[in-house]
Amino acid sequence: MLIKLLNLLILLLVPFLMMGVIRKTKAFWGGRKGCSIFQPLWDFTKLIKKDFVISKTTSAVFKISPVVNLSAVLAAALLVPMSAGTIILNLPVGFVLFAYILGLGKFFSLISAMDTGSSFEGMGASREACFTTIVEPAFFIVIASIMAMTGNVTFDSLSKIFTNTGSYGILIAIFAVVALFLMILIEGSRVPVDDPTTHLELTMIHEVMILDNSALDLALFSWANSIKMLLISSLIANIIIPSSLSQWASVLLYLFVIFAISVIIGTIESGMARIRMSHVFEFVFVMSSFALVVLSLVVARMFGG
Amino acid sequence: MTNWVKTKNNTKINLADIPVLDIENLRTEVKALNKRPVAFFGKDWGNGNVRLFVILADDTSGDLYVSSTIFGNLQKSYESFTQDIPSFHIFEREFYEDFGIEPLHHPWLKPVRKNQDDYTFFEMQGEEVHQVAVGPIHAGVIEPGHFRFMCNGETVYHLEIMLGYQHKGVEELMLKKHSNQLAESIVGDSVIAYNTAYSQIVETLKDIKISDKAQLIRKLALEMERAAIHIGDLGAIAGDIAYLMGASVFGATRTLVINTMLEFCGSRFGRGFVTVGGVNFDLSDEIMEKAKKTLDKVEKDVDRMVKTMLKNSSVMSRLEKTGTVSTERAMETGLVGMAARASGVPIDSRFDYPDKWMEKLNINKKVFNGIGDVNSRFKLRYKEIKESLDIIRKIFKELKNLKSEPVLTYSDNDFTKDSFAISIVEGWRGEVVHIAMTDDNGKLSRYKIKDPSFNNWFGLALAVRNNGVSDFPLCNKSFNLSYSGNDL
Repeated sequence: MLIKLLNLLILLLVPFLMMGVIRKTKAFWGGRKGCSIFQPLWDFTKLIKKDFVISKTTSAVFKISPVVNLSAVLAAALLVPMSAGTIILNLPVGFVLFAYILGLGKFFSLISAMDTGSSFEGMGASREACFTTIVEPAFFIVIASIMAMTGNVTFDSLSKIFTNTGSYGILIAIFAVVALFLMILIEGSRVPVDDPTTHLELTMIHEVMILDNSALDLALFSWANSIKMLLISSLIANIIIPSSLSQWASVLLYLFVIFAISVIIGTIESGMARIRMSHVFEFVFVMSSFALVVLSLVVARMFGG
Repeated sequence: MTNWVKTKNNTKINLADIPVLDIENLRTEVKALNKRPVAFFGKDWGNGNVRLFVILADDTSGDLYVSSTIFGNLQKSYESFTQDIPSFHIFEREFYEDFGIEPLHHPWLKPVRKNQDDYTFFEMQGEEVHQVAVGPIHAGVIEPGHFRFMCNGETVYHLEIMLGYQHKGVEELMLKKHSNQLAESIVGDSVIAYNTAYSQIVETLKDIKISDKAQLIRKLALEMERAAIHIGDLGAIAGDIAYLMGASVFGATRTLVINTMLEFCGSRFGRGFVTVGGVNFDLSDEIMEKAKKTLDKVEKDVDRMVKTMLKNSSVMSRLEKTGTVSTERAMETGLVGMAARASGVPIDSRFDYPDKWMEKLNINKKVFNGIGDVNSRFKLRYKEIKESLDIIRKIFKELKNLKSEPVLTYSDNDFTKDSFAISIVEGWRGEVVHIAMTDDNGKLSRYKIKDPSFNNWFGLALAVRNNGVSDFPLCNKSFNLSYSGNDL
């Protein structure tokens, strides 16, 4: 129970800190001091206090979307193993539900962008939808392959990957981790797929979709986006962290992995330019190819020698 | 040669010496001479008449050819020059807008800076075609301008740029009360170039001779401006492709250059540095020593960062073959300055219309083999930064021999009556052209300004064709054109 409460706390707070660490890393590489790692949290509290500015062309969809999106992300988060491999809401449901709850959130963020009637936001929504259609099958292949291995459709089985598979397990874990890491960059709208700091509407993907949102709505969208990054990072952490560790060691290692992922994201953003929009598909396909490697390894292990 | 009067940069000619041809004759002459247009503008000639001046430039010999025609008050149209020589397109649009004399069969007769309400955009039809409208208010701190894209999916088929939001009547203001303060405020990032052009034209028309030292300090300031803006733009290009390290390093390096300018004259952008008669500030030995050291560091930092960027494949994949303007297109549309050089058109008014120092200091034109993409404009900027720093070093050395000279020449001279003068200064963006005329009372009667952006905005529109719409900001930054210089 204590771990579950801890996980709930992590779920609510760590996404802000992840963003803070990414920004701090970028500042470090850019030779700047950078702002405090708590700044995203202060920004959130600041946005909550502000007044709404809502365009007259929008409908109710625009108003409910931030809440629907956040609820979906939070609901999905409850199904994911976090620190110490513990799932907050341990229901006997599979990862397909997880994926489609996330999908629901994304659907609302897309139609909310279309609802504004702005040509920018429509463009952003179409870009986001395009990339999602490639990311989703790749995600299914990775997770389903691992689960096929363990014979269980819930996320519980992630950490058992080493115990069941022997030396194949390490290879499967490496490729699965890389595929999921690329998914963080794509879903979290980070460089090289998207540029979260740009002010140029024409180049944005995620940012342009929330261009019309203000105050609480904007805060909820940004928060949901960082929670999504934490979710996928949690999957990675649970693949890496062996289940044999003691509970508290496992919690600490989990937090360290999340921290390390944030630092790596920050470093990539500092040392790399963003990919040309027409080449982003190729980048997303890299994730798919890693997913297929995972699949073929699992098939080789199950049906091979 | 009776149809043209031949002159040089910063040379006074009698207004009476400028031939007046009839329009058809002028057309034939312009076609026969086949030189680059640098100005094409009207002046109210009394009784409803309008006198049209044409200035063509021979970039190889450094000669400027001036001729004119007079439109009677009933003559409201003529066959456009653009049909034969496309680089006249923007000049004829401006002339039409200012005087209502229509160039017939002009292919793109749209407002330049006034009458935006009458603007009709080119439209494409099709199920997949969509329009994206950007501006006039943009995210970020930049000037206003409206951009209309015709896209198919992510690909831009056509871009139209509607400007004029910054129009403030600078040319008329110049006639009312001309001053260095006004001249240097026209385009905020080309303070030295504009102020030098204005000062030179006043000096030419008033017969003021400025000291060698003042000439050198002006030249130095101009190169400082060029280096500073180019470094800033390298940073902005890096920022647009989300290459953070480049943006930070170039940003910090640019600060070193503009802070050196601050030590020279008390303004980071060189405001108040140049004045009619010379410059307002002398450079002491200590300041020059310190500046030399700073600029050495600047060069080292820029070298290192540019090399890092050119080695980074993710950076190169964004810069290469993005926003290409071919040499033919650049010549045809009449691009000037940096944008033209990046496309392989070797025009640079510092060398084409040189003062005595270019030879004395042994500064030679080095041709840049660009193909006109963002990468070329990026590398050209780097090359020009290096050259500017080199020129600055040479000037520091030369200034040591001129210690006793004054930097400012006082004079009570009035303007010469009925005269005409052209001053061309190569600002960082390209040729800044100022033209002034005086009347029989010795007062300015017409002041014409042409910013390089005036020619180059159309180049940007061509550059983004068949590029991704998300590459537009990058193309735009690689040109970095002035709104204010176009709108005047």
